[in-house]
Amino acid sequence: MSIEAVQREIVEEFSLFDDWMDRYQYLIDLGRKLEPLTEEQMSEEHLLDGCQSRVWLIAGGDAEHLQFRANSDAAIVSGLIALLLRVYSGQPARDIVASKPKFVTEIGLSEHLSPTRANGLDAMLNAIQRHARRALAETN
Amino acid sequence: MSTSIGDQGAAAAELDLAAIRAQFPVLERQVHGKPLVYFDSAATAQRPLAVIEAMDRFYRHSNANVHRGVHQLSVEASEAFEAARESARRLLNAASTREVVFTRGTTEAINLVAQSFLRPEIGPGDEILITHMEHHSNIVPWQLLCEQTGAELKVAPINQHGELMLDAFEELLSERTRLVGVVHVSNALGTINPVAEICRMARRLDIPVLVDGAQATPHLKVDVQALDCDFYCLSAHKMYGPTGIGLLWGRERHLEAMPPWQGGGEMILKVSFDGTTFNELPHKFEAGTPNIAGAIGLGAAVEFLESVDLEAVAAHEARLLATASERLLEFPGLKLIGTASAKGPVASFAIDGVHANDIGTIVDHAGVAIRTGHHCAMPAMQFFGVPATARASFGMYNTVEEIDVFIDALKTACAMLR
Repeated sequence: MSIEAVQREIVEEFSLFDDWMDRYQYLIDLGRKLEPLTEEQMSEEHLLDGCQSRVWLIAGGDAEHLQFRANSDAAIVSGLIALLLRVYSGQPARDIVASKPKFVTEIGLSEHLSPTRANGLDAMLNAIQRHARRALAETN
Repeated sequence: MSTSIGDQGAAAAELDLAAIRAQFPVLERQVHGKPLVYFDSAATAQRPLAVIEAMDRFYRHSNANVHRGVHQLSVEASEAFEAARESARRLLNAASTREVVFTRGTTEAINLVAQSFLRPEIGPGDEILITHMEHHSNIVPWQLLCEQTGAELKVAPINQHGELMLDAFEELLSERTRLVGVVHVSNALGTINPVAEICRMARRLDIPVLVDGAQATPHLKVDVQALDCDFYCLSAHKMYGPTGIGLLWGRERHLEAMPPWQGGGEMILKVSFDGTTFNELPHKFEAGTPNIAGAIGLGAAVEFLESVDLEAVAAHEARLLATASERLLEFPGLKLIGTASAKGPVASFAIDGVHANDIGTIVDHAGVAIRTGHHCAMPAMQFFGVPATARASFGMYNTVEEIDVFIDALKTACAMLR
């Protein structure tokens, strides 16, 4: 499925909820299902700056199929991570670089997240873009 | 404005909470469709009408630059600005308005002392003594100074309740100590430090003491002469005044001896290219056009505090803290961070397996504003082994009913997160 299609799917899922408590509960549940990271993966090297909670992000694969794994010590952020991984993990680097994270504004996440948490989301998006650009540069 | 709030005549002084709440327009608003419960006064307190109106009146009626103007508006602005300084003097029971320097806030006041008072006096082998519970504002200016001069920063330990260990503190005082920096009321833990006792210990060795009073003035009556400290710093916005203004109180002999820190207008008497003569106290430390409306707002905040019975406020806030602490401890896995016997109205807590940020986000949807994070006191957080806490902090306008709303919201959050 393309990045666009996954984003549309997420927007549809979120439109099923009437209120934000249900959306948060959904995010929390998504976060719980994230595969836990190992001790080695939760290293300083993989820790992202700019998040109030701790977020570890590990990139693998190649430019055709970039793989991401990530997790956080906070529940709602873990849910956001689950969404980001669904959108971006397994996608070609060139598609990632060309895409815009529309679902974030369309499901109203950006206005409902405090600036500090929105910064964390930005930090994760930036890190994903950085990995994609690097993978592209390596193939050229 | 001198509206009297609170039943000051009664023996068992009870606050008239409805009258107090009516003074704070923001408390009428809703957040996410729920009445606002504002439990973040330690970050910044809300503003009463008296402050909002004083600043509004200044801008509508007498806005002009201060000092040296001969026209009517400038005269009025200067009078209002200096009247605010007099209000600030009263707040701290300072000996003279010459000792009251307006700054942008506590942080700037501490930096001013670090750079103007201490820097010329200090070098390798000298020490600055602070405590483990300080806000970053009372850590980083001294770290910078130590880097610049080769002096060493010493840290007095705290115990598991978040109280300063006075014996260890006293042992760290020596002839090498050039200054003691101590917080009056800790923003992250709530601890009220025995500042008068600390000053007595330091006085024996003739060591000057700077007190970070940012969290003290909204809750306690502060008397710098009784405390016998050398510098006292505060921010107006913690005590129901505006942001961007605060002050440094310093003993006149210290301030006289200190060189100006920043140069510019207002702080000079005469300027030529051969040299400059500096203005008198306190103006020599107030370079540039000051935050005039801010100072007037600060003055109005002092008058507002004078209009309430501070002892009744303290009793009310202590009741809020006791109620909140008791209710919080009913949560399984909850630990209160900061359990000093003398404590300001701050309930900081951590819950096993639940991140403070998640709690803050969920209770916000019930209209409850709390702070989550390290509260700019990372060393204190490290001491308790938590990266962050959730903190409910109270002002005079909060109610026990609001604590019920908060506790219900917290129950919802825990049910969702565990």
